[in-house]
Amino acid sequence: MRGGLWQLGQSITRRLGQSDKKTIARRCYATEADLKKTVLYDFHVANGGKMVPFAGWSMPIQYKDSIMESTLNCRENGSLFDVSHMCGLSLKGKDSVAFLEKLVVADVVGLAPGTGSLTVFTNEKGGAIDDSVITKVTADHIYLVVNAGCRDKDLAHIEEHMKAFKAKGGDGPLAGSTLQYLTKEDLSKMYFGEFRIIDINGAKCFLTRTGYTGEDGFEISVPSENAVDLAKAILEKSEGKVRLTGLGARDSLRLEAGLCLYGNDMEQHITPVEAGLTWAIGKRRRAEGGFLGAEVILKQIADGPSIRRIGLFSAGPPARSHSEIQNENGENIGEVTSGGFSPCLKKNIAMGYVKSGLHKPGTKVKIAIRGKTYEGSITKMPFVATKYYKPT
Amino acid sequence: MAMASRFWASKAASYLKISTFNRAFASVVKDLRYADSHEWAKIDGNSATIGITDHAQDHLGDVVYVELPEVGVAVTQGSSFGAVESVKATSDINSPVSGKVVEVNQELSSSPGLVNGSPYEEGWIIKVELSNTNEVKSLMDSDQYSKFCEEEDNH
Repeated sequence: MRGGLWQLGQSITRRLGQSDKKTIARRCYATEADLKKTVLYDFHVANGGKMVPFAGWSMPIQYKDSIMESTLNCRENGSLFDVSHMCGLSLKGKDSVAFLEKLVVADVVGLAPGTGSLTVFTNEKGGAIDDSVITKVTADHIYLVVNAGCRDKDLAHIEEHMKAFKAKGGDGPLAGSTLQYLTKEDLSKMYFGEFRIIDINGAKCFLTRTGYTGEDGFEISVPSENAVDLAKAILEKSEGKVRLTGLGARDSLRLEAGLCLYGNDMEQHITPVEAGLTWAIGKRRRAEGGFLGAEVILKQIADGPSIRRIGLFSAGPPARSHSEIQNENGENIGEVTSGGFSPCLKKNIAMGYVKSGLHKPGTKVKIAIRGKTYEGSITKMPFVATKYYKPT
Repeated sequence: MAMASRFWASKAASYLKISTFNRAFASVVKDLRYADSHEWAKIDGNSATIGITDHAQDHLGDVVYVELPEVGVAVTQGSSFGAVESVKATSDINSPVSGKVVEVNQELSSSPGLVNGSPYEEGWIIKVELSNTNEVKSLMDSDQYSKFCEEEDNH
């Protein structure tokens, strides 16, 4: 499935684009003109962004910095990402839970604050619109991020309740101090997973302390007309240290942090137990069930799953998705789902699934790449320690 | 010494080019021959040194691994003999000529970044003993290849 050198940009996009199966088919027929543009599109182009098709949107895969430089800079200083192609919704207020329960099959009331759950959106006829991870940050605040492709059609009925906000992510050590210049709110009292509505750079914003890199970070939802000014202000206040960062480095960063990419590391046939996300299934749900697939999931929790998501270090070329994982005798025990060269660790990292029992850290494996096998070993994730801002 | 300074100049040029991100300035070397899959060949009588072009390394980004063939294996014009891995992507390297591999650049095993920093000098990949010197005629010269890159980038 490799391309020649001429396909370079495309092969990156194609791989990253697997995060959204529905839009892949669409992208095959889409021309440049069909791609949606975020409110920051012109800003990306003006800053040297190399725009590529991604989940139906024209998004920057990188800017002037290489993916290597961008990844390292995020961990050293900070990164500014445009994530407004994603459909991030925050429902806040006493009615949030009741409102959401009309739209999803999950028992949101029973979710403990600070836990998340995979759930399904249904339409009036009971059909599934999409799947989504919902997070109950507090009793009156639900945060959910749904697949980019659902934004237009699937969630039209929610959107009439929403304001036209644009999201921006800022991750890295300087994220907090940089953002603090732009708001009067004391961000040192705001911890990982917390959400506020505050004034930033003169505009009312939704702010969540979260991210997809393993670093301390914020997701900011800003009114569309203020988005470019805010992006400029963040870059200026950091004195050039926080840099615009594209999808390429974002993928390296989330992989180093051991975070799943839906479509690669989690798919329709993978359960949360197999994916190592059992922690996201609340205690009461484990006791009572009542959600789709509960029999399978509860049985897996009781008996253990047959396969498990693991992290890997390997020698030789980077192990990419679909590389075969073998035991030391050369027998197939699983498959890589994401992999690449870690800019921070300067070695190959990957995640994938292997048979239960062979998943323990330190287990020696072989990775098959283009007809040759290379030494590897199973290791704990995250590969790079996370630095979420939590109360000490 | 001359080699060292040329390497430095090439690195500096590479750095400047990346910082402006303008592919139109990707360099070509006058006396080399080029394949449309972005490999170059330096023909010297019956032998050819082969690498990937500045344009190719620029598109690829940071090279982290080069998969080299064994000395003695046969390569065929237009067919893959190895691969370059960047942080994100894997790409085949096609041979611009047919023949037998007589030498591989072992330096790339420990320093794959030479492909980025010095694509036409230290970053060479293999040396081939040609089996059919007529094949060279089908390759582009530097002017043709420059135009080819411009057209490809505009698509």
